[in-house]
Amino acid sequence: MSDRLMPQSERAPSWIRRNRQAMAPFLFLLPGVLFFLFYVIFPVIQSFNLSFYRWDGLGEPVYVGLENYTELMDDRAFEVSLWNNFKWLFLYLLAIPAGLAIALFLNQNVIGIRLYKSLFFFPFVISQVVVGLVFSWFYDPSFGLLNQILGFFGFGTLNVLGDPTLVTYGIIAAGLWPQTAYCMILYLTGLNAVDPEQVEAARLDGAKGLRMLWYVIIPQLRPATFIAFVVTIIGALRSFDLISIMTNGGPFGSSRVLSFYMFEKALSEYGFRMGYGAAIAVVLFLIMLLFIGYFLWSMYQEEKGGR
Amino acid sequence: MFPRPIQKSSRAWAATYQALIPMALVLWLLPLIAVAVFSIKPDADFTTGNYWGWPSAFKGFENYGKVFFASDMPRYLLNSVFITVPTVIGAVALSCMTGFALGVYKFRGNLLLFFMFVAGNFVPFQILMVPVRDLTLDLGLYNTKTGLVLFHVAFQTGFCTLFMRNFIRALPFELIEAARVEGVAEWRIFWYVVLPLMKPAIAALAVLIFTFIWNDYFWAVVLTQGAESQPVTAGITSFNAQYRAAYHLMSAGSIVAALPPVAMFFLMQRHFIAGLTLGAVK
Repeated sequence: MSDRLMPQSERAPSWIRRNRQAMAPFLFLLPGVLFFLFYVIFPVIQSFNLSFYRWDGLGEPVYVGLENYTELMDDRAFEVSLWNNFKWLFLYLLAIPAGLAIALFLNQNVIGIRLYKSLFFFPFVISQVVVGLVFSWFYDPSFGLLNQILGFFGFGTLNVLGDPTLVTYGIIAAGLWPQTAYCMILYLTGLNAVDPEQVEAARLDGAKGLRMLWYVIIPQLRPATFIAFVVTIIGALRSFDLISIMTNGGPFGSSRVLSFYMFEKALSEYGFRMGYGAAIAVVLFLIMLLFIGYFLWSMYQEEKGGR
Repeated sequence: MFPRPIQKSSRAWAATYQALIPMALVLWLLPLIAVAVFSIKPDADFTTGNYWGWPSAFKGFENYGKVFFASDMPRYLLNSVFITVPTVIGAVALSCMTGFALGVYKFRGNLLLFFMFVAGNFVPFQILMVPVRDLTLDLGLYNTKTGLVLFHVAFQTGFCTLFMRNFIRALPFELIEAARVEGVAEWRIFWYVVLPLMKPAIAALAVLIFTFIWNDYFWAVVLTQGAESQPVTAGITSFNAQYRAAYHLMSAGSIVAALPPVAMFFLMQRHFIAGLTLGAVK
């Protein structure tokens, strides 16, 4: 590293000239870092701090110590939201195998396959607001397509979004639609780069079907799987749009997740509870931090391997 | 290639496969197809209960005409453009510089700063919500497009930096060293040597950020209210409140709101996918 920091010419006349290579990175970083500090890093710290206060967003915040957190302990709605978050986390991961399955199905060379691939990817490009709307009609008990199909097979009507036990699963299913598309495109790219010689060699050894997939293909898809994992976890914990559009947390708050409950508390129509909202956000952040830590650790391992 | 190319298997299976793909596609996109059909149906179809049958008449022009000429939709669309385009420019410009700095120079804390950007990019929005809303209020930018743009630029810089830095790392470092030996100033190296090589990355990021920001709903709700500054994702909810149970209009409105990123995707498909799948292949 020393040779890069050395001034490149011996006759360097001025201080600026001599040090410009050492200074350059800081000048390039300055605007981006400032923006990021003010809008992302400091707010995280402020939220932590705010979670120890009671504040309606207008008057003076009152320091209450851990009161917000002790209140969370007895808050039924918080418990429901937290539990729903785990459902989201767990079930959202289904997008990864589903995406792989579709990618395997589409990984062929037939006429028009490129168009098919893009059309399969389609749901990811549309906004979650529209996805939510589309799926709330799909589930509609009076005319929704789902109940038309169920009726066709002789089943009774299912009011997915009105049933407290089903509602979260219904919304997760809607979320899986674009997420699966995303994982699919990751795996299609990954499959494209699978080493054909290894596949041929394995074929000569008599490997095929699921065994081939498990022992030869999936290990080679590791980078794609890692990214699919990262984006799916983040997507699951960020889920807000769909809930807001499809049920607004209902019925009876049974489809809330932490991100939605926090929003509701902090900016509710019954008065702003910023401190309490911040405490909820901190809990969500801490869950996320486990994963962020893991992601960064994996990236760090890779950086050490690199130049 | 895995699975085994279809051409190498039996004729019957190949034919089945060819027939299977379009069927699977229709199933996959069924919810969307339904909305598209809804959007060209006449009002009467919904009152008579003809939800899923063939449209009794083609009313596409009327429905879309109403969306464009008798609602706030054009306003929301325009707001979205004025929020999305500056954000794309801002975030890409900032991250070209941060990515260059982090990718090319070795200095103490380089990796730490890089990880700060990466970690910040993964943070759940809600932990930023109250302070960012406050900051925006204090700056007098609440309910303005500028307030929304500033936040988006800052937040997207995290992801963009990750992207740019990794892209620049993959460039041949000899080019930069050669320029340095020639005594070229650092900012000139950035501008004349590195930036031209970054064009594909810039294109990929631009389409990705466009889509992300166009589809943002959370921050639109937190930082804006009302037709004068809300983007189309938030606008569609008030549009729907206005036309409650008018499914043909809600469908047409949704399609209009969803279209720009879709168009962007189809026009810039290669860049879009290259951007999304960066790192998916070693």
